[in-house]
Amino acid sequence: MFRPGRLASWSIALSALLVCAVVGSAALGPVRIDPLTVSRAILNLAGLGVHEVPATHQTIVADVRLPRILLAATVGFALAAAGTVMQGFFRNPLADPSIIGVSSGAAVGAVAAIAFPALVPIGSVHLPAFVGALVTAFLVYAIATEGGRTPVATLLLAGVAIQAFLGAVISFLVVHSGENLREAVVWMMGHLNRSTWGDVGFALPVTVGGVLVLGAYTREMNVLLLGEEDAHHLGVDVERTKLLLLALASVVTAAGVAVAGVVGFVGLVVPHVMRLIVGPDHRILLPTSALAGASFLVIADTAARVGAFGLPIVPVGIVTATVGAPFFLYLLTNREVHAL
Amino acid sequence: MTEDVETPPATDGARLEVEDVAVSLGEVDVLEDVSLTVEPGEFVGLVGPNGAGKTTLLRAVSGALEPTRGSVAVDGAALHDRPSKAASRLVAVVPQDTTLSFSFDVRTVVEMGRYPHRSRFSPPDEDDRAAVDRALERTRTTRFADRPIDEVSGGERQRVVLARAIAQETPVLLLDEPTASLDVNHQVETLELVRELVSEGRTVVAAIHDLDLAARYCDRLVALAGGRVLEAGPPEAVLNRDVLAAAFDVTAAVTENPVTGSPTVTALPDADGAPEPARVHVVGSGATAANVLSRLTAAGLECTAGPVSGGDVAAEVARGQGLETLDVEPFAPLGAGDIDAVCRAAATADATVVADLEVGAGNLALLEELIGTPGLIVVERRPFAERNHAGERARSAYERCSRGAIESSPDAVLEAVREAADRATSSVLSATED
Repeated sequence: MFRPGRLASWSIALSALLVCAVVGSAALGPVRIDPLTVSRAILNLAGLGVHEVPATHQTIVADVRLPRILLAATVGFALAAAGTVMQGFFRNPLADPSIIGVSSGAAVGAVAAIAFPALVPIGSVHLPAFVGALVTAFLVYAIATEGGRTPVATLLLAGVAIQAFLGAVISFLVVHSGENLREAVVWMMGHLNRSTWGDVGFALPVTVGGVLVLGAYTREMNVLLLGEEDAHHLGVDVERTKLLLLALASVVTAAGVAVAGVVGFVGLVVPHVMRLIVGPDHRILLPTSALAGASFLVIADTAARVGAFGLPIVPVGIVTATVGAPFFLYLLTNREVHAL
Repeated sequence: MTEDVETPPATDGARLEVEDVAVSLGEVDVLEDVSLTVEPGEFVGLVGPNGAGKTTLLRAVSGALEPTRGSVAVDGAALHDRPSKAASRLVAVVPQDTTLSFSFDVRTVVEMGRYPHRSRFSPPDEDDRAAVDRALERTRTTRFADRPIDEVSGGERQRVVLARAIAQETPVLLLDEPTASLDVNHQVETLELVRELVSEGRTVVAAIHDLDLAARYCDRLVALAGGRVLEAGPPEAVLNRDVLAAAFDVTAAVTENPVTGSPTVTALPDADGAPEPARVHVVGSGATAANVLSRLTAAGLECTAGPVSGGDVAAEVARGQGLETLDVEPFAPLGAGDIDAVCRAAATADATVVADLEVGAGNLALLEELIGTPGLIVVERRPFAERNHAGERARSAYERCSRGAIESSPDAVLEAVREAADRATSSVLSATED
């Protein structure tokens, strides 16, 4: 049975974890700043009073570290929320946010912009990535829809096929990217280097807005888990709800992927872990997954940025994959993550 | 999603009208022009073999499947034109396949039945909670309400899904094989509950595999075969040999269940290759005689029975089949007239079966008269000694009776009748030759 109090306590706990992760992350880096100073700097930035902070530290926290950290939180929030929705939607534990090709579409847009700046003269890779992601999602949906119905299995297979095709396109672009090869590869690994407040200003509203609307459809997600026919009998407008969930999850994923590239495993592993902890009810699973995903990516990106344990500095996608994949295997063998 | 929650949940009964509904899947017509009207407080059972279209009809009614033609209306208004939530406040469905592979607890699943009654942003209110508690209570699932749905047994799960439909508080309830995976006690319990819902004024249509249960609990039955309505009406009218033969391609005996008084259907082995319709007289009482009568009539043979007395199983079977019987008072000695009548029936029949006859002082004279009757068959399941209540004289009469007769068992009685008929023919032939 759903208890609002349980949702509240989990949300508060995970929000507190996120705040700690953000402050802790901002304290770490080539210049160590103590967490108290970091907190003051953040309060200064938020306009909550005037606190005494050394000017260099204020600049490092507010202009260098915080945009990247908040972007990591946003992307983690987006991917974990979209992954939760997709796993429920497809009733498939292997589903991730990019299951209908959103990431591949984003990669085509981004790599095209990186490899042939003359062809896509926008200067930023975010917009072509975002547009590529949404066009792909729409294409997959259109291909899988026939007579007003969109069978989930067809959607899944259309997604796989389109991803395979776009994989070829991406390879072609990468091969011909010449001097921009390294940048294209790093983008595809998923990274948060050179993040700006502008990136946050784009990704944060889209993500939060999208997840808020998704949050209004958690009961439909629950009922859809019973199967589409049962959902229909219980009064869910199945095709309309599916379209809405798919569109919102794709927009949220696209926003995350556009600014961070293809960061893997967050959207797959985090929802599974949270499902083991809080259960399958989306009313509590969706918000807790999103918050946990935000913390996870902040911590992973800190490791990537700082070079923890003496490791070299790497794109964050490498950290999430090296941590996420073995952890997923551990869950698979020990905690029986076979089902939702 | 239409948020028209202002419409109060319909608790009064509603009339369900299905008119000329047809469903085609590709080139195949799986349902052809089915019409059906169900009044409030009426329980209609859909019977028919697998693939007859029972599930398809239910899905077409609920709107899970778009009918190719025809209309479905609840209280005069087309159901499928309504917004999904409004439609789900009128019709609830208990599907056949209730496999759920995720671990919602039982109460959460039942609570989903309240979905059509709630607007998007309102938390569950007192009504919702009360409806869920009631539904759990009525289906006796309260006990495991906090267990995950994927950890309860198949039968329990089916009751949980029924609870969900009850929590939906709709005037119309569609059930697809609600008793399919239940133990016999839960089958009856579930159908008693459905009956209760019907008596509260709900309109119920259920596909029911078990013909006996369907006959016992439904007000009306609709026999489907090949996507068409073969027969519709009260159970006694629908469950007859012709309909069963047409629908299930089976010969069946329909008798009255002595306990419930509703029709009971017993499918019998295929009677292909039976002799041309012949007339058989059956003497005897109890289970063996009843068994013999059922087999013979199912094979299309014309039977008479007697002497029989009320309350006996054989008499029940004979009456159920509409056979001509020779009725006598129970336990009273047979009069000369009765014995004469039996002998006449036996003599004019192509074969006479003496089935586990209990012999006492009252009918010893009959046994003696039957000695030497042509085409006599003695069917024994219990040894004669157990059935002899008239001493040595009866034993000797039975022995003489058996000597010229064909000895058989209930299973082989058809072959015995065939043999007796053959003997009679050959004896007639030899008589003409002489």
